[in-house]
Amino acid sequence: MARRPRTLTVLGVGASVAVAALVLGALAAILVRAGGFAGLRPSDWGAVRFTLWQAALSALLSVGLAVPVARGLARRRFPGRGLLVTLMGAPFILPVIVAILGLLTVFGRGGWVNDALGAVGLPPVGIYGAHGVILAHVFFNLPLATRLILQGWQDIPAERFRLAANLGLSPARIARLIEWPMLRATLPGALLVVFVVCTTSFAVALTLGGGPRATTIELAIYQAFRFDFDLGRAAALALLQLAVTAVAGLVALRATMPEAVGRGLDRPVQRWDRVPPWADVAWIALAAAFLLAPLAALARRGMPALTDLPAPVWQAAGRSVAVAAVSALVCVAMAVAIAVAAARLGGARATAVELAGMLGLAASPLVLGTGLFIVTYPYVRPQDAALAVTAVVNAAMALPFALRALVPAVARVEAEYGRLADALGLRGAARMRRLVLPRIRRPLGFAAGLAAALSMGDLGVIALFADPGSATLPLQLYRLMGAYRMDEAAGAALLLLGLSLAAFWICDRGGRVDADA
Amino acid sequence: MLTLDRAVARLPDWTLAADLSVERAAQVAVMGPSGAGKSTLLAAIGGFVPLSAGRITWDGVRIDTRAPAERPVATIFQDDNLFPHLSAFENVGLGIAPNRRLVGAERDRVEDMLARVGLEGMGARKPAALSGGEQSRVALARAVLQDRPVILLDEPFAALGPALKAEMIDLVSELAGARGRTVLMVTHDPRDARRLGGDTILVAEGRAEPPAPTGALLAKPPPALAAYLGQVEARGSNAYLPPGPGRERT
Repeated sequence: MARRPRTLTVLGVGASVAVAALVLGALAAILVRAGGFAGLRPSDWGAVRFTLWQAALSALLSVGLAVPVARGLARRRFPGRGLLVTLMGAPFILPVIVAILGLLTVFGRGGWVNDALGAVGLPPVGIYGAHGVILAHVFFNLPLATRLILQGWQDIPAERFRLAANLGLSPARIARLIEWPMLRATLPGALLVVFVVCTTSFAVALTLGGGPRATTIELAIYQAFRFDFDLGRAAALALLQLAVTAVAGLVALRATMPEAVGRGLDRPVQRWDRVPPWADVAWIALAAAFLLAPLAALARRGMPALTDLPAPVWQAAGRSVAVAAVSALVCVAMAVAIAVAAARLGGARATAVELAGMLGLAASPLVLGTGLFIVTYPYVRPQDAALAVTAVVNAAMALPFALRALVPAVARVEAEYGRLADALGLRGAARMRRLVLPRIRRPLGFAAGLAAALSMGDLGVIALFADPGSATLPLQLYRLMGAYRMDEAAGAALLLLGLSLAAFWICDRGGRVDADA
Repeated sequence: MLTLDRAVARLPDWTLAADLSVERAAQVAVMGPSGAGKSTLLAAIGGFVPLSAGRITWDGVRIDTRAPAERPVATIFQDDNLFPHLSAFENVGLGIAPNRRLVGAERDRVEDMLARVGLEGMGARKPAALSGGEQSRVALARAVLQDRPVILLDEPFAALGPALKAEMIDLVSELAGARGRTVLMVTHDPRDARRLGGDTILVAEGRAEPPAPTGALLAKPPPALAAYLGQVEARGSNAYLPPGPGRERT
């Protein structure tokens, strides 16, 4: 069974080497440029502290609130349940800046909540500052945590509940004997995931935080760039960020990592214990209102402005679509090549190739951006590199998710049909076209959609590089907000939201239509 | 002639030894207890299990060092014989040209072969729209079109009912016989072996015996086969025993 060196294997290994070179190269540039931590100011260490405690608090709040919501969703059937659970997966592809604008419309000055408070004579609440940052983090991560915990509930074998009904166990006993052990296994992972997500928060801190008491490390990096152009300090901060991400990530890897993306959660658990529904109804309604009100408010405000958005918004939208298309293409091409190489190499070499592709997880977009800035700015004007860097960095960021979907899919195809394909002599491009690609269409479409939506909504790397002439839609939107042109901003946000969802939908749909089981 | 010359297929925890020959155009059943190595024997010939000793030759030419697609062998596996995303026509077409489009005359050959296995006009259907028996026919049509002198069948008809299975075995006999192909067919059921006619290779206790006439073998079974046939009879008469053996070791 002699095997020739295979083009695709070479491509896959090449792709993983390229990702590793990108990430490690950026880190090396940062290491070289960072002149040690002596140049850091007290406010920078304050940013480290704020990053950690706001992430911890955000994780606790998100997961704490998610438990009753997930329990309600797990044991109730009602019309719209499936839709709500699907929507809970949406924040992942919802551009951060859009959600922030929605939250401002509801909780901001002159927002719905303050109007209501004013009507009954209470003083208004502000959204800017630490609590605004945490509010936004809960908005993003409550749905994520809910889906993780709901998964845990649905993984409890139905027979357990049948047995409990058979024995006549009370709801309290069921909670103690069946549900608590599941939560004990699920919650640490969920807390860690949310914590990690919140430690790399940039756009939220940029818009709602700031100042000495609500600056994250990522925001401090951006400020060191933009306001001081102190690359040494930015690099030192990037190292701190990297340390935080790496430590949290390693801990998260060791804990059992639950799966949150793209699994069927549309089946309620059949239960026989009768608990009055009121608490569940209240929790689900509150969560739904909290998640949907900002988007509804945004839609109401933005709809009228949508028809006459200024020209720069449309130009920025065009750039965003181009970036998303390139990013999705690069990400998916690399993911397929790496997945095929991993399936063929097997063993330790497969793990190495896959891990190299996952390296994007170790660095946040802003850290990567910092490194790339240091490498490129002596040669290229940052604004000229802005779009390319944004596309590449986002492709690297989406790659781990794409690999997570595609590596098992390709391995399954090879396990099920590899022998048949070998026996028939199906190989090379024909094997890809006739066997592998058709059979991985669903995860492929999903991965492409995810990469497109993520890069479409990115407000991170682009903020480091771009000038007004090379702004993407999220950056343009941020500028409109900064200029207090809130109606236009709401219109642009709706446009961005529509583009992100459309990008995801088109790709994901493309994978599903006429796909055979 | 297919020859296994003191061949040993070594899997991680056990081995299968075979020292035997099968005449060209013979139709041979492969029988024996579950887990004895029937599927391993076929996998070794097909190129999916490496040999640790000995060699396999076809008409004196060594083949065990070749990749599966370069051996003079077409295999029909226990399951997953068809690509579910391709139509019956496309699946059969892979037997002629796996790596390119079919040209006009080749398309006619596929249509003819589909008609020969009783699937005229059903070429556009995907496997999900075909019954189990029809799927077997598609796989058989492809194996015949592959134009390899040896066809290996690893119990592909195990899931079919008795009448349908008999029909398929007759179809194999007819198609392979007309073209002078050599057939090795794994089966659990002595009735299948009888139906195929010819000889039977007994696989038991890590050894594949040379082919012996099926009738004589079944009339006067050696101890390993007798024990196995006893089980088969018991299973036939007692509905409460667990269902038949599952997937073979491959």
